[in-house]
Amino acid sequence: MLELIVISTLNGLLFGMLLFLLSSGLTVIFSMMGVLNFAHASFYMLGAFFGFQLTKWIGFWPALLLAPLLVGAIGMAVERYGLRNTHKHGHVAELLLTFGLAFAIEEIVAMMWGRSPVDYRVPALLDFPAFTIFSTNYPAYKIFMLAVSILIFIVLLMVLKRTRVGLIVQAALTHPHMVGHLGHNVGRIFMLVFGVGSALAGIAGVIAGPALVTQSDMAAALGPILFVVIVFGGLGSLPGAFIASLVIGLVQTFAVALNGSLASAFGPLDPSMGPSVLTDIWNVTIAQVAPIVPYLLLVIILIVRPMGLMGTRET
Amino acid sequence: MSATTTSASKVADKPAGDALRFYGVWLVGIAALIVLPMIFSSGGSLTSFSLIGIAIVFALSYNILLGQTGLLSFGHAVHYGLGGFAACHVMNAVVSHGWPIPLPFIPLFGGLGGLAFAMIIGWVMTKRAGTVFSMISLGIAELVASSSLILRSVFGGESGVSTDRTALPKMFGWTFGPQLQVYYLIAFWLVISAIAMYALTRTPLGRISNAVRDNPERVQFIGYDPHVVRYIAFCFAGFFAGVAGGLAAINFEIANSAYLGAIQSGLVLFSTFIGGVAFFFGPILGAILVTYLQLGLTSVTGVWQLYFGIIFIGIVMLSPGGIAGLVMMHRPLARAGTLPTLIPSYLVAAVPTLALACGVILTIESIARTHSGQGSPINLFGVAFNPASPVTWASAAVLIFGGFFVARLSWRRVADAWDRAATVARDRGYLA
Repeated sequence: MLELIVISTLNGLLFGMLLFLLSSGLTVIFSMMGVLNFAHASFYMLGAFFGFQLTKWIGFWPALLLAPLLVGAIGMAVERYGLRNTHKHGHVAELLLTFGLAFAIEEIVAMMWGRSPVDYRVPALLDFPAFTIFSTNYPAYKIFMLAVSILIFIVLLMVLKRTRVGLIVQAALTHPHMVGHLGHNVGRIFMLVFGVGSALAGIAGVIAGPALVTQSDMAAALGPILFVVIVFGGLGSLPGAFIASLVIGLVQTFAVALNGSLASAFGPLDPSMGPSVLTDIWNVTIAQVAPIVPYLLLVIILIVRPMGLMGTRET
Repeated sequence: MSATTTSASKVADKPAGDALRFYGVWLVGIAALIVLPMIFSSGGSLTSFSLIGIAIVFALSYNILLGQTGLLSFGHAVHYGLGGFAACHVMNAVVSHGWPIPLPFIPLFGGLGGLAFAMIIGWVMTKRAGTVFSMISLGIAELVASSSLILRSVFGGESGVSTDRTALPKMFGWTFGPQLQVYYLIAFWLVISAIAMYALTRTPLGRISNAVRDNPERVQFIGYDPHVVRYIAFCFAGFFAGVAGGLAAINFEIANSAYLGAIQSGLVLFSTFIGGVAFFFGPILGAILVTYLQLGLTSVTGVWQLYFGIIFIGIVMLSPGGIAGLVMMHRPLARAGTLPTLIPSYLVAAVPTLALACGVILTIESIARTHSGQGSPINLFGVAFNPASPVTWASAAVLIFGGFFVARLSWRRVADAWDRAATVARDRGYLA
């Protein structure tokens, strides 16, 4: 049991940090431009596939650097030639543009690499067990992922809170016109922030690709959870997104690991009815429920606290 | 979507000719529904008509949310799917209990299924509008779609719930075995639902929904609660989506978890938005186009969904009013009689635009066919292109870049011609 708790906590932290890597970009973009980037998970997927392809051509380490840059460039192009022109039609049009983009990216990826998972492997340098706890070998690559995520988290926080760039970005979040009057090119700031947000998603994709499955529906699988994270944490709140990422990462990992059901917990009390909704609920295991746990959390938080954990805005 | 006038501005003091034309359009539509299967009576076209009819009801119900109330839902298929499941269960119950409920009433139960869910979940969902609503609808949709695979006794797991429409009590001696009879059943419900939904836009509720879309704060000031208005609109949309789901259940004689899924929600969003949300007939156009494309493209290309995505992005960026918006844009010019001056420039612009489109199609198809391993030639307007040959790539590049630059120039000329025509129309008093 202790083994399960330790391993699941590690895995949960890892998944949570990955979620945060994605949701931080999404949150910054949202609070800046007011548009929820539906294609954010698609940029993550692009990162994974670019990582896979570049690893094949030039090796993993150059890919780790190059793939996020590529994704960031695509993100900037999307902002410059897509979102900026759509802005005048309102936020719904912007959201729909990114929705169409997510759809198109998924199809393009499926067209280029097929619909089945690609063989994206952990680099040989990191392909060994880091340590052994309770007879389980914990892979070094997962530790590396965790380290990269935490490193980026710290750098992001430092840049936003401690540097002049962060100061301007934060000011542009709340007072874009004032920042413009002070002589900063707000349009270019938006474009760069969008690019950095996309690049963050790209990094998450490159490092998560070998550990999770790299296939053309990975964006569609992750996208909704990402939105749960930022609604759960409170729209536009970076600390909220951080807490929500960890909560959802941990909860979901534990749910997958647990195999209990109501029937196993209260076995002797089995009402033994015919097949009905109640027997379904009675027999379903927690692991089976794991995919819907984030959405259950979403519904609960919306009933209890509609603005999310750390949200301040009541839209 | 600020300049939207969902069939609003033409109520009072209009000449009788307008009323005649208004009812004429509806009568022509109904007549077309009756006559169409007599002209195109093959099995394939009957199936297509049935699917289009269902898609129209679904898209119109979606527009109650998106166009009228300004709620962008990513989970509208939940009501559609639950309506489908409700219809299947009611049909099976009717058969097993021997209730005297004939098939034509089944879509009503589908509607009640969609309505029930909307009433339960809608109160929480419609607390907030805008982006938050979109995200919540997405989350709820995922919740329901995932739960449908867990609750096997209700949703039948992977295989779904099947039923037999011919086993129900007969009405007018119709068995509803042949597709033609099912088509007329769908057409009947299409007309009923379309009239009901159109009438809804003319009620005070429809008007206050538009107000909630445009300015919720002012609605609050005049004493209505936007939350309640959104909730009621949401319930109506859920009901009609359920009707569409019920019709689909009758048509396919099965309901499964795919009905509830993200793809279905995405398709209805595509249809409604491509057609245009600002006018009542927009979603109808969109549903016809999207269903037709879906049926037609699947047989031609393996990557039809990519074309969908590209068309959708194009519409969002270039014409957020959708096809209906484009059509209605020309109405004042047509009335002022200046539309013909535009036609030459349109024709000029069409050539490079088509070239650009051909280039894009050629590129996509070459990539798709190279990667899928089948090097079958691409047949484009009778010209066969080999996907592997450099000639194909070169011509694609020429078409794309050449087409793009010439198209940009020629569309600029269209814009000039448009300005001149609009100026004349304004002088004649047809354009505000």
